[in-house]
Amino acid sequence: MYLPDFEYHMPATIQEACALLAEKGQVAKVLAGGTDLLNKMKHGLVAPAVLISLKQLEQLSNIEYEEGKGVLIGARATHNAICNSKLLQEKYLSICEAAHHMANNQIRNVGTIGGNISNAVPSADLPPILMALDASITLVGTKGERVMALEEFFVGPGKTLLAPDEIIAQIVIPDQSCTGSTYIKFGLRRSGALAVVGVAVAVTMDGNVCKDARIVLGAVAPVPMRAPKAEAMIIGKAISDDLLEEVGVCASTECKPIDDIRGSAEYRRDMVRVFTKRALRKAINEGHV
Amino acid sequence: MEALVDNSGVKRYLVTINVNGDDYTRIVKANTLLVNFIRDELDLTGTKKGCELGDCGSCTVLMDGKPVNSCIVLAVEADGHKFTTVEGVAQNENLDRLQESFVDNAAVQCGYCTPGMIMSAKALLTRNPQPTEEEVREAISGNLCRCTGYVNIVKAILAAASE
Ligand SMILES: Cc1cc2nc3c(=O)[nH]c(=O)nc-3n(C[C@H](O)[C@H](O)[C@H](O)COP(=O)(O)OP(=O)(O)OC[C@H]3O[C@@H](n4cnc5c(N)ncnc54)[C@H](O)[C@@H]3O)c2cc1C
Ligand code: FES
Ligand code: FES
Repeated sequence: MYLPDFEYHMPATIQEACALLAEKGQVAKVLAGGTDLLNKMKHGLVAPAVLISLKQLEQLSNIEYEEGKGVLIGARATHNAICNSKLLQEKYLSICEAAHHMANNQIRNVGTIGGNISNAVPSADLPPILMALDASITLVGTKGERVMALEEFFVGPGKTLLAPDEIIAQIVIPDQSCTGSTYIKFGLRRSGALAVVGVAVAVTMDGNVCKDARIVLGAVAPVPMRAPKAEAMIIGKAISDDLLEEVGVCASTECKPIDDIRGSAEYRRDMVRVFTKRALRKAINEGHV
Repeated sequence: MEALVDNSGVKRYLVTINVNGDDYTRIVKANTLLVNFIRDELDLTGTKKGCELGDCGSCTVLMDGKPVNSCIVLAVEADGHKFTTVEGVAQNENLDRLQESFVDNAAVQCGYCTPGMIMSAKALLTRNPQPTEEEVREAISGNLCRCTGYVNIVKAILAAASE
């Protein structure tokens, strides 16, 4: 399988990269790890005439903490860099776990968080947990920088609010008040399989009472989605098995799954019930964010 | 990275890629895949091509010590990096103990997945010399074997680790 011809650029600064995107227009695409883009090009699904590589933009690989902002993850950080980051393991183990359980080791050494988000695939594994932790993204374009809640970024499968001259530079995880979070997924194989259903939750517990909750469902709607009714159902209540079951049922009625090769809509719906329940229980009991 | 334009206007790039300790400076097109660079340019055909989509792991090589699928890495992106292929695992004609262990444990049937398996296992043992069975299975989970059922492969890697 060979790739069609394209023009290759390796800008030295993010401004230069954005200027190139603006100049080349629709025919240009950003290349990060290439694990998704190069495959699509091999299949002829996209045929960009120009690839703009982020390879030289080393600063986009940083993972650091900034007082007042939170944890900043550079868009070029690979999944394995995220798994292995001491800072993330300490502060947000749930993000490390989500990154660790996706794809396989070879892909995780190359694939990036920025690519995972920009793709806007409904089954992508990182957006749900990032949304559960109220992450925002920094977009850099020729006219400057803007910050957007990740939740607002996705428009539909493969569609986002990214402007043609913009690059995702950074993912920002604000300081949390939640006491537990997790992402769990169901795939047809433990490794290298896309999610049939993925559920991320973040809960704030006070004793046995849930003070706050965010529930995000992946692979069961055109975009990763919050489940606001299910969230409302658990907030302010004392946790019991019956309550978790009710919340699971509620989430399963809120999602909008489709039938595809990985599973039927009906199956996905029921798996949302089960996985919402499991994810909540895990986040409540394990008590790490 | 230097770009050269030929008479027909096609751009080529001067890359220097270190493979198994040697620097190779070559002129490549932007769309040249690392796996083809390794196999066709350098004639190192131990690295195999299976799916060519990042699914099977038969093209696994180590990039700065980490396993990657060379079928979805561009040669221009590999510029300046250090790679190890299966040809670089043996020392002076002597098989590595990991390779010996694959032979001893009959972890090879058709052999197509073997170079990739060796590379993933080599990276694991370098990072984690005493892995558990679960860690071994995790490390080779991006390498598909259609012959062995994995049992002897896992056994071989664990045996090499305990030596
Ligand atoms: C075998 C295999 C298994 C996989 N398993 C999983 C899985 O389990 N879970 C999962 O979620 N995904 C999986 N993937 C999909 C993919 O690997 C990931 O989504 C990965 O994170 C993509 O990142 P990348 O850097 O390789 O993106 P690329 O392929 O480089 O880019 C993807 C898209 O995003 C754009 N882009 C990239 N970075 C930026 C940026 N900073 N700003 C703006 N646009 C950008 C590109 O232009 C392109 O359109 C798998 C892929 C393969 C091949
Ligand atoms: S040939 Fe590269 S992963 Fe299959
Ligand atoms: S030995 Fe044949 S594919 Fe593994």
